[in-house]
Amino acid sequence: MSNPLLSVSGLGISTVQDPRTLVNSVSFEIMPGEAVGVVGESGSGKTLTALSILGLLPRGVAIAGGSIIFNGTDLTKADPETMRNLRGSDISMVYQDPMTALNPVMKLGRQLLEVIESHEKLDDGSVARVEAALREVGIPQVERAMESYPHEFSGGMRQRVMIAMALLLSPKLLIADEPTTALDVTIQQQILALVSEQRRKRDMSMLWITHDLGVVANLVDRLIVMYAGNIVEAGTVQEIFTNPQHPYTHGLLSSLPSRTDKSRKRLTSIPGVPQKPWLVGNTCGFAPRCFKVTAECTASAPKLVGSLEKSVACFHPMGDK
Amino acid sequence: MSFGERISRILLSTPVLRIGSILSTLFGISIFVFLVLRVIPGDSIVGAFGIETGLLTPEQIAQLKVYYGIDKSLPMQYISWMQSFLSGNMGYSYSTGISIASLTAKALPVTIELALIGTILGVVMGIAIGTFSARKPGSIRDFAGQLFGLMALAVPGFVLSTTIVTITANKFHYFPNGYEFVRLWEDPWMNLQQMMFPGLVLGIAVAAPVMRTTRSALLETVDKDFVRTAIGKGVNARKVQSRHVLRNSLIPIVTMTGIQFGYLLGGAVIVENIFSLPGMGRQVLYAITKREYATVQSSVMVFAILFITINVITDLIYRKIDPRIKK
Repeated sequence: MSNPLLSVSGLGISTVQDPRTLVNSVSFEIMPGEAVGVVGESGSGKTLTALSILGLLPRGVAIAGGSIIFNGTDLTKADPETMRNLRGSDISMVYQDPMTALNPVMKLGRQLLEVIESHEKLDDGSVARVEAALREVGIPQVERAMESYPHEFSGGMRQRVMIAMALLLSPKLLIADEPTTALDVTIQQQILALVSEQRRKRDMSMLWITHDLGVVANLVDRLIVMYAGNIVEAGTVQEIFTNPQHPYTHGLLSSLPSRTDKSRKRLTSIPGVPQKPWLVGNTCGFAPRCFKVTAECTASAPKLVGSLEKSVACFHPMGDK
Repeated sequence: MSFGERISRILLSTPVLRIGSILSTLFGISIFVFLVLRVIPGDSIVGAFGIETGLLTPEQIAQLKVYYGIDKSLPMQYISWMQSFLSGNMGYSYSTGISIASLTAKALPVTIELALIGTILGVVMGIAIGTFSARKPGSIRDFAGQLFGLMALAVPGFVLSTTIVTITANKFHYFPNGYEFVRLWEDPWMNLQQMMFPGLVLGIAVAAPVMRTTRSALLETVDKDFVRTAIGKGVNARKVQSRHVLRNSLIPIVTMTGIQFGYLLGGAVIVENIFSLPGMGRQVLYAITKREYATVQSSVMVFAILFITINVITDLIYRKIDPRIKK
């Protein structure tokens, strides 16, 4: 088996002042060409995990421990210039809100050319390269788009531009932080299809962050389920969808609407509200909401055990169906 | 489209509305200045004769009232001033007998030069110190920058001016403003020496609010999503700062500069008097002490037109820096 492209181990993220744990010891790997999805509710730490890889954590939040090894380099210890070189060329990112992710006073063409300029020399072919990238993501009238400002484009079109920007230098790893959340449902499908196609074409690795299980099912190879700053379950999409082990994953899946279920019953939901990561301490974070909770669950934190195909952090997994 | 619709569309178009609002602003200012001048005690006769006014006979006073044109009713006085203002000579200055238009033609370039020097110095200092401060909020350099901003806001222009005059003239025997004023095209080097200190005083007054606006605008923009996108693309820190952060912070900075220009015209009145520059500020102050109504009114109108012009220029700059503002 080949070496993983990205290997995150024991990653912890916390606030700088008055330290509060936001992500607590997260470990996972992404193989070359593999697509991994991270699902979880708001506040589960999935976006912070993604941002920490590129060193883009917001002000006041920092990596508290662990390592992020990309292609042999530990990104948590890399110097600013190494990080800068990596960003946009080897690892690039598509963000949640295309409405605010582009500079409003800079022409789109200029913003795309900036990627090339930051990593290579601009030359006569650069404009053609950018135009080709825009064409590939389905932007009509590319010459005009180059001269346009972001506000002249719709959200879906802007997200396409963001994707073109991210793919411009053929990165080894694409990180997508809920890129379809801010878009209409029909546009969502187009963007998903576009990313899928591009990934297959380029044999690129991908980390796809979402809170929507329905979105990732057909998109990724493996899934990571996060809850309150911890990974509670990880495994192949097939395994997780057909045989969820963690009560949280089970709850998530049974709250999805089904096309075949004609019973017209209310969708089930998980009772209670998400736990704050810094309040979890040395317990199972899901214990307050879990229907299988025992004294053991609040006495210590369960470890993530299992194989790459299937692992779970639970004292009382659901068991095979 | 009917004729009526067409007319209303033209009347409601932006340039027409804009010009209408400018004209009504100017009209309001003209009324306001006119009335304020009548409210302050004393009139043109007291202004010209001082305490000797008491020696004048009632007949003499009546004749002088006719001479100064203050025998007529207020509306008539306003109309006759407006007529001469609009006709181009702006009325006459009684103490000199020269038309206000030709006085203004001499004084205005001095004030504009002073204002430009003050604005340029102020904007350069303000943006530089604001950027310096915002680079590391809460640090010593931020504290130093903010301290400068606070002091520049707190120390009034006349204190700073007199301090400069005292130090340079007394200790270093250097006081270019002691000589007769020379114009830029007569002797640029001397002119710039004469403009340097008053320009600096005004510049510091402009720099303080510009610095504070720059600092807060930069700090706000730094946390925007598109800045994160730029960093995520691998753009180097310096270019992120100049192309993405500063560029997007310019709008509040330009707004603040435009507003400061108005205060700067007010500050010019004081600074021109301390540094004996023959500009609009001195013209207005002299006319107020002499109660030369027409001179004050016309000069204030010139100030108002100048301020409105700056506002229009500010608007044009907005359009240049922010493509979202509709053409």
